[in-house]
Amino acid sequence: MSWKIKALKKSIWVFHINAGACNNCDIEIVNLLTPKFDVERFGIKLVGSPRHADALLVTGVGTRQAARRLQEVYRQTPKPCAVFCMGACACGMGIFEGGYHVAGPVDNIIKEVDPNAIIAYVPGCPPKPQAMISGVVKALAAIDESTP
Amino acid sequence: MIDDVAENLFRILIFPGLFFTLALGLFASWLVRKVSALVQYRVGPPLLQPAWDIVKLMGKEVLIPSEAQKTVFICAPLVGMAGVLLLSTMLWRIAIRPSDVFVGDLIVAVYLMVLPSLALILGGSSSASPHAAVGSSREMKLVLGYELPLVLALIVVIIKSGGVLNLAAISQSAPIASVSGFLAFVAALLCVQAKLGFAPFDIAESETELAGGVIIEYSGVLLAIWKIMQAMMLVALPLFLVMTFLGGFGATAGTWIWGIVKYVILVVLVILIKNTNPRVRIDQAMRFFWVYCTVLMALAILLASVGHRYGLAWL
Ligand code: SF4
Repeated sequence: MSWKIKALKKSIWVFHINAGACNNCDIEIVNLLTPKFDVERFGIKLVGSPRHADALLVTGVGTRQAARRLQEVYRQTPKPCAVFCMGACACGMGIFEGGYHVAGPVDNIIKEVDPNAIIAYVPGCPPKPQAMISGVVKALAAIDESTP
Repeated sequence: MIDDVAENLFRILIFPGLFFTLALGLFASWLVRKVSALVQYRVGPPLLQPAWDIVKLMGKEVLIPSEAQKTVFICAPLVGMAGVLLLSTMLWRIAIRPSDVFVGDLIVAVYLMVLPSLALILGGSSSASPHAAVGSSREMKLVLGYELPLVLALIVVIIKSGGVLNLAAISQSAPIASVSGFLAFVAALLCVQAKLGFAPFDIAESETELAGGVIIEYSGVLLAIWKIMQAMMLVALPLFLVMTFLGGFGATAGTWIWGIVKYVILVVLVILIKNTNPRVRIDQAMRFFWVYCTVLMALAILLASVGHRYGLAWL
């Protein structure tokens, strides 16, 4: 494992994008920073600019309005970076499947820009904070296995 | 000759220069995050977290906005870091060996302390982002605001120590033990708070509205250099206050330990102010520094001169 990946796993700065979520997933994400869960213990920090980010937390279906912006934000994020699809909407469009306003799901939108993007999925409507932490842990373990 | 060069290189690169200052700065920034976490009933990051952050940023891609002024964009963080590094090396040299100093080092220190803010302004305005432009203009106003009370507070210190411009001589006495010295210390502490970019004066970087402000467009190694600069400022600026107001480090092992305790107390004080105050608006900050602090400092200078004239040390 190269030092870049090792350091990346010790310190993940996340940028949160709402691509048409109902705001419930977003509340659960903010919940991660509260004293009860305190993800700063693991070096995870919320940042305000995609240029500082290592991971994009995407919530929502990816509406037609949001899709282009999402791609732009992905392009502006320095690589290596990972994308986390948070919630049933972001993973597979959820109850909005077939809606007139939907351009998603999120992984297709991202793959239009970068076919090799690292994408992780955390289902749930909304996913519990515990589920999100477990999703991040599993994604990091997967990075471990895929890099010699 | 060769020995001289080697010794100077050692001082600049290892102790008390780059390596030592960096290590201490990363420790201080861990302290900031840990104490903030404890204040909020959280656990907080592990000890090596700031170091991992820096290593990670070193391994990331560097993106430069296409409309940015590239040379300035790349040079600004380096200039800022060089300024703080020089300040820190100079202050430690004076603390360790008070005999080989030059007259007027206080003035050099005041100049070097402005350099990081200037670098931030340059970097922000060269990055062609509206957020960074707003951040730069706020930083500029903030510098205009706090420089005046800071210099006035240092004048109190100079009067108290009998009119010398020499940090080694100033750090022999502790002006904080007098009325005017205490007032000056409070004002200087708030100015240092603003220089560090901590709440309530984190107006230029305000995460919630400007999303990082002046450093919004930086990524990778360049962002790492900004982070290193901010960590080093946590070493240099409280050290400067310890030397000017709190009586420095002395010469024996006992006074050194006491000096380090003073430094840690000062850092924790800064962190507590940061965690218990909301961000003020830029016009409120300007009014605070120009009207209240400056008037208070004029009063302190008056008191100090009267005390000096009539030999009343407590004034
Ligand atoms: S997954 Fe559920 S909670 Fe999350 S945005 Fe979609 S509908 Fe809302």
